[in-house]
Amino acid sequence: MAKKYDAGVKEYRDLYWAPDYVPLDTDLLACFKVTPQEGVPDEEAAAAVAAESSTGTWSTVWSELLTDMEFYKGRAYRIEDVPGDKEAFYAFIAYPLDLFEEGSIVNVLTSLVGNVFGFKAVKHLRLEDIRFPIAFVKTCMGPPNGIQVERDRLNKYGRPLLGCTIKPKLGLSAKNYGRAVYECLRGGLDLTKDDENVNSQPFMRWQNRFEFVAEAVTKAQTETGETKGHYLNVTANTPEDMYERAEFAKELGQPIIMHDFLTGGFTANTGLAKWCRKNGMMLHIHRAMHAVIDRHPKHGIHFRVLAKCLRLSGGDHLHTGTVVGKLEGDRASTLGFVDLLRESFIPEDRARGIFFDQDWGSLPGVFAVASGGIHVWHMPALVSIFGDDSVLQFGGGTQGHPWGNAAGAAANRVALEACVKARNEGRDIEREGKDILINAAKHSSELAIAMETWKEIKFEFETVDKLDVG
Amino acid sequence: MSVSGDYQTKPTLETFGFLPPLSQEEIYDQIGYMLSQGLTPAIEHESPENATNHYWTMWKLPFFGETDLGNVVRELESCRSSYPDHHIRLIGYDSYTQSQGVCFVVFKGRGW
Repeated sequence: MAKKYDAGVKEYRDLYWAPDYVPLDTDLLACFKVTPQEGVPDEEAAAAVAAESSTGTWSTVWSELLTDMEFYKGRAYRIEDVPGDKEAFYAFIAYPLDLFEEGSIVNVLTSLVGNVFGFKAVKHLRLEDIRFPIAFVKTCMGPPNGIQVERDRLNKYGRPLLGCTIKPKLGLSAKNYGRAVYECLRGGLDLTKDDENVNSQPFMRWQNRFEFVAEAVTKAQTETGETKGHYLNVTANTPEDMYERAEFAKELGQPIIMHDFLTGGFTANTGLAKWCRKNGMMLHIHRAMHAVIDRHPKHGIHFRVLAKCLRLSGGDHLHTGTVVGKLEGDRASTLGFVDLLRESFIPEDRARGIFFDQDWGSLPGVFAVASGGIHVWHMPALVSIFGDDSVLQFGGGTQGHPWGNAAGAAANRVALEACVKARNEGRDIEREGKDILINAAKHSSELAIAMETWKEIKFEFETVDKLDVG
Repeated sequence: MSVSGDYQTKPTLETFGFLPPLSQEEIYDQIGYMLSQGLTPAIEHESPENATNHYWTMWKLPFFGETDLGNVVRELESCRSSYPDHHIRLIGYDSYTQSQGVCFVVFKGRGW
C-alpha cells in the first residue's frame, strides 16, 4: 500500500538507525567518531550523521514519496565505545552504492564530509575510515603506474628509493636550482623534488626551471649510468596551466611530475593522474594542508581516509610522514596506512586503526614517501619501518652536509645500502643500526662526516593524534 | 679516496653500487636471503658499454625452483669464466609482485 504524507519533523533514528541491518558487499561503509552535544542520545546522533550524509534533511518533504527511500538511504548500523574516551563513540554507517557517481572521489567526499560536519547536534565529528566496495574500486583508474611499473622504468630493485627536496624552498634562480639538483643526483640520489611551494613565482618561472632541471637530470644520468628523475611540480592555479606544465615536462623527456592533491583538489588530481597514465609519466603526490584536516583526534578526516582516496584518485607516490623525523606520526597508525597504500588486500586491524577489510582488486600500489627532518642516523629505523617499497627523502639531511649536496647524497646512499645489505644478512638493523653505520663509514668519509654533523639531532615530542586505546 | 670535500662523480651500477665490492661470504649471504624469500634466481651479463640498457643478456633461463645456494654460486662462476669482461648481475624474480625482489651486480667486468 502506498505511504501517506505526514509533514513535520521526525526523529532521525526512526528512519536512519538500523541495528539489524546487515551491510551488503556493494555498500560503501564509513566509520565516524562522533562527539554528540550534551543530551543527544548516541543512536539519534549516529542516525543524524547517516541522514545528513546521505538522503535526509531536517524535515520530511512530500517529494520523498516519489522515490524509494529505503533503497537510497544511508543507515547507521552499529555504534561502539571509543576506548579511553567517555564523550565520543564510533558510528558505523552503510551507504548504498547508487548514491555515488562511478569513479568519483569528489562525489564520495562531498556526501560523507559535506554539510554533516557543521551539523549542530554533534559537537565534533571525525571520519575515521571508509570501506570502498570492490564494485566502486573497479570504476577508479587509480595510480597511473604503480610500484611495479615504476621500479621497472627506473631500474631500481631490492631497496627503498632515495630522494630529497631541493632547498632553500623558495628564492633560488632556475640555474642555481638546477645546480642543486645536479649535485644531489650525481652524488647518488635517485630522485629530487620540487618543494611544494615552488610553482611559478617571479624568482623562478616554471619553463626556466624545467629546462635547467632537465639538463641536470640528463647530465647526472650520463655520468653515473643510473636512472635519475626530478619531480617537476605542475600544481598550478588552473587546470589549463597544470596541463600545460605537464606537457612541457613530457616534451623535455622527464619521467616524473608532481601534484599537491589537497590544495589542488581531487578533480585536478584525478584528471592529472589520467593524463599521466595516457602519457607514460609518473606522478608524485604531496599532501600540503593534510594536517589541517587530519591532526585533531576528534574532528576532521583521518589521514588513512585521505590516503585511500588518493590511491583511488591516482598517484604513484604519497607522503606518509616518517614516524622518526620532525613531523607528527604514530608508528602503528602510519604502518596501517602505508599498508593501505601498497597492499592489494588489507584486513581490519584495530591495533593499527584499520576499521574495515579493504580489497583493492587490481589497483596498482603507491610508494610510501618518508620525508621531513630525517638524516643518516634515522636510516636503520626508516629501512625497518618502511621496507623496500618506499622513497626516503632527506632534504636538510643531504644538502646540509658540510661538503655539499653530492657528498650528502653519497652519505645517504652508502647508509641506505649498508642497512639493506645488513637486513638481508638477517641482522636486526634497528638494534644494530649504530654498528652498521659506523662500519659503513669506514669506507665513506662522506658518511663519517654526516654522522658527526647530525649526531645530536632528535625530534622527541608527544604525538597529538594517537590511536584510541583505553 | 678523493681529496676531502671533493666528491667525484662515479659511474655506479644501481643497488649496492656505493658499497665496497662484496666479499665471497657477503655474496653468499645475499643469495641466501633471496632463496629464503622464495625468489627465483636469475643471472644476466652485459658488456659495460651497454650496461644502461634495460635488457642484459640472460645466462641460461632463470633457475626456477632452485633452493641450493651452491648451485647458484656455480652458475655465477661459470658465467664469469665465459664472460670475464662483462658485468654480471644476480636477480631474484618475484612472481607475486611481477617484479624483482633483488637485483645487484655481483661481478664487474674485468678492467672496468
